[in-house]
Amino acid sequence: MTYLIEGRDGPWELVVGLEVHAQVISQSKLFSGASASYGGEPNTHVSLVDAGFPGMLPVINRECVAQAVRTGLGLKARVNLESRFDRKNYFYADLPTGYQISQFTHPIIGEGAVEIELADGSTRMIGITRLHLEQDAGKSMHDQDPARSFIDLNRAGVALMEIVSEPDIRSPEEAGAYLRKLRMILRYLGTCDGNMEEGSMRADVNVSVRKAGEPFRTRCEIKNVNSIRYVMQAIEVEAVRQVEIWENGGSVDQETRLFDPARSETRSLRSKEDAHDYRYFPDPDLLPLVIEEAWVQDLAGKLPELPDAKRQRFQDEYGIPRYDAGVLVAEQATADFYETVARGRDPRLAANWVIGDFFAALNRTGRTIQDSPISADALGGMLDLITDGTINGKIAKDVFEEMLETGEAAAEIVERKGLRQVTDTGAIDAAVQAVLDKNPDKLAEYRSGKDKLFGFFVGQVMKAMAGKGNPALVNEALKKVL
Amino acid sequence: MMLTELTIAAAQGGLRRREFSATELVGAHVAAIERLNGRLNAFITVTSDLALDAARRADAILAGGEDAPALTGIPLGIKDLFCTDGVRTTAASRMLEDFVPPYESTVTANLLADGAVFVGKTNLDEFAMGSANITSAFGSVENPWKRAGDEATVLVPGGSSGGSAAAVAARLAMGATGTDTGGSIRQPASYCGIAGIKPTYGRCSRWGTIAFASSLDQAGPMARTVEDCAILLQSMAGFDVRDSTSVDIAVPDYRAACGRSLKGMKVGIPAEYRVAGMPAEVEAAWEQGIAWLRDAGCEIVEVSLPYTKYGLATYYIVAPAECSSNLARYDGVRFGRRVPGESLDALYEATRREGFGAEVRRRILMGTYVLSAGYYDAYYLRAQKVRNLIRKDFENAFRTVDVLLTPTAPSPAFAQGEKMDDPVQMYLNDVFTVPASMAGVPAMSVPAGLSAFGLPLGLQVIGRSFDEESVFAAASALERAAGFTHRPAVRAEVV
Repeated sequence: MTYLIEGRDGPWELVVGLEVHAQVISQSKLFSGASASYGGEPNTHVSLVDAGFPGMLPVINRECVAQAVRTGLGLKARVNLESRFDRKNYFYADLPTGYQISQFTHPIIGEGAVEIELADGSTRMIGITRLHLEQDAGKSMHDQDPARSFIDLNRAGVALMEIVSEPDIRSPEEAGAYLRKLRMILRYLGTCDGNMEEGSMRADVNVSVRKAGEPFRTRCEIKNVNSIRYVMQAIEVEAVRQVEIWENGGSVDQETRLFDPARSETRSLRSKEDAHDYRYFPDPDLLPLVIEEAWVQDLAGKLPELPDAKRQRFQDEYGIPRYDAGVLVAEQATADFYETVARGRDPRLAANWVIGDFFAALNRTGRTIQDSPISADALGGMLDLITDGTINGKIAKDVFEEMLETGEAAAEIVERKGLRQVTDTGAIDAAVQAVLDKNPDKLAEYRSGKDKLFGFFVGQVMKAMAGKGNPALVNEALKKVL
Repeated sequence: MMLTELTIAAAQGGLRRREFSATELVGAHVAAIERLNGRLNAFITVTSDLALDAARRADAILAGGEDAPALTGIPLGIKDLFCTDGVRTTAASRMLEDFVPPYESTVTANLLADGAVFVGKTNLDEFAMGSANITSAFGSVENPWKRAGDEATVLVPGGSSGGSAAAVAARLAMGATGTDTGGSIRQPASYCGIAGIKPTYGRCSRWGTIAFASSLDQAGPMARTVEDCAILLQSMAGFDVRDSTSVDIAVPDYRAACGRSLKGMKVGIPAEYRVAGMPAEVEAAWEQGIAWLRDAGCEIVEVSLPYTKYGLATYYIVAPAECSSNLARYDGVRFGRRVPGESLDALYEATRREGFGAEVRRRILMGTYVLSAGYYDAYYLRAQKVRNLIRKDFENAFRTVDVLLTPTAPSPAFAQGEKMDDPVQMYLNDVFTVPASMAGVPAMSVPAGLSAFGLPLGLQVIGRSFDEESVFAAASALERAAGFTHRPAVRAEVV
């Protein structure tokens, strides 16, 4: 479905490209041995290299390179066996050396693609231009003291991957879908935790508008947007702003803007004239980064199954619907949980329980799959009781609630509370007879043609048996008598 | 015995034979520094107490027997560009006037591990930018040599390792560390009548050495003999995982290379080094050097290094470009000088205006300019291409010859005040030393004789990458032939 902005003079098309900064998961920083972990007291994860002391030199962290290669492979992108580090020069208090080490002309990863799926079920390919490694800066804190600013260098030098998309995105929805998909892939790969609220994934959004069939018009870059929802909102309001400018006879200036979610507007940060001249040049402290094809192949061989492949496999192997498969693979942990439950059991029953009652219980209790009160094995144990006829589906819901509360195994709960399903036809027949005896009027109505009352009798029998009657046997017994 | 007159090689023997103690040896040099440094200004920081403590420890080790490391008890000067743990390291700049590093550079750590004793931090041009040691924030260094019959005129020691050269020449230290970016070891060695080698780029770790131009900076030793340089480089050199540009190949026995026969060695004489206006005495020293090597059994071959003429211009684009970026960290925020300002930009501007001298500011401006959008291709990128051609020049030459022989500098030491109004005139001092730096190949200056006014003239031997051995062999032969025993007017035993 085409997203168009209705202007005064007709519709406008949206053109968006995203630059995502994804913090690499690694023990230590890109060029120093200091810890790269999040948090910590200010300035406790800082080496002399990070603080830019005289004579300190960067040494590339092999694990960060491996993470970039894994990500490139996950994005079906070209891995460049030779890449180079450049210095991006600018002054800021939280940039200790006065330059950021980045990859400008020769990135480690070249073109790739990400498939996104939209609400209407359609799919689109969004091109990846490149991925490169670079250092994060430190953090300036201006709110600690009325007169002074403070600087925390814990993040200075942590590895980032900048993942640049082609300007292929045509709607806020596509931008959201792209970011969610990208985040899913990064999390599967274990190369970035994708936590936008902690800043370990942030997006710069390039937006322009044009009439259908036109070449690109001038774009604006909205810097450092830190949630998917804000990215979508920022695109929407920025596009409207640009349409208004063009339609009023003006022209859009190429500039850097900020998104203010409180006012739902973008504001100019700096114009092209004030843009930094970064004076990029090859970092003479580092040799060109040369990696072996065999090493790349080795990493490729050890990649985890990625969401698209897993979703297809779930459909094929478990025979579950595409939508359900999509829900189950959204997170690696969910997919693993599901597979544990489904293994050796009815995979559809497993999918229904995981997506239905289990997800609802997590939501209700505010827990995640990692600290779920019911393990995959425990849930599977309960499904076994359903399958072998020990309990019926209705009792299973009560057992599940009890498991949630007590953490007890399903079988123990069934034994303790005597919930075992009654399959003794004598007991069922007796219950049926008692119900018929108690409701002669209803029986008469049924017999005079009111078929719908069959359900009433089933309900009454089950009630009389405290829900433990085997539903199939109860049905059968009723049919026989009626 | 004049302990300050000894070579390192001789002192190693004397210490082990207990002819004198390390305390006596170091003490003699400390005394000489106390007597002469006020005049020569060769040291920015003198560490007499630390040195004497170290000497006592050295004596204890020497008393213990044979196992004393090679440089035990040998007093050295350390260019104040090498970070020394707990000892102020200034780079001769106001910016780092009070900077005390909490770490030891790899090169000085190697020397300390071999038992060397540091008597102080030697003066240099600010951030190693200069060819006369006149840009130091701690004052100029005086060359201990005098023009014959002219005691009054103060000559420059060359630069940027001018303090190291003056200290070694005046017998204030037995040897010293230098760094060479475009000639900063070789040219002052030539001006002060001592030997000095810039090894192959990548031979010595740059870790902990304050950077000027990272793709060119290389540490090396300065001493009064070629053999002493070999002894020092043996200790300084070696692979370091902390410097990605250091090279992981074995360090050969340099001292043994000094005694190697030159029979059959091919020596190239590059035509392009015969520059217009070269003083006759420099030319004569060069011819003499050629004759000595021929006599030593070398085959002399005319070679061509056609891109030599672009060396200086290229250097003065590449080096300032790198320096403009390397010196950005001196911003008043984390260490070093801070001049407060109303805003962050004001703090930067005031700090850097006050912290950097004129020559450093000039090079930062040049470097910023050549990297700027719109100029990058015309300057920096083109300079990199020419640098590759210069490198190829040397590769081609070394296909037919083993070493090259050239003068080290186009003149002997000049006087303070000369060549000072025009920076380009000053930059021309580096015309013979810059090409080897651009190519990264090893090059050594060795004293060859005296000028008409009695000032030392140096010859330069340039070798293949990582073939310092041939350089040491040829330089030793020149040293033996020259029999250079002249000493400067200002020196330890002259009060």
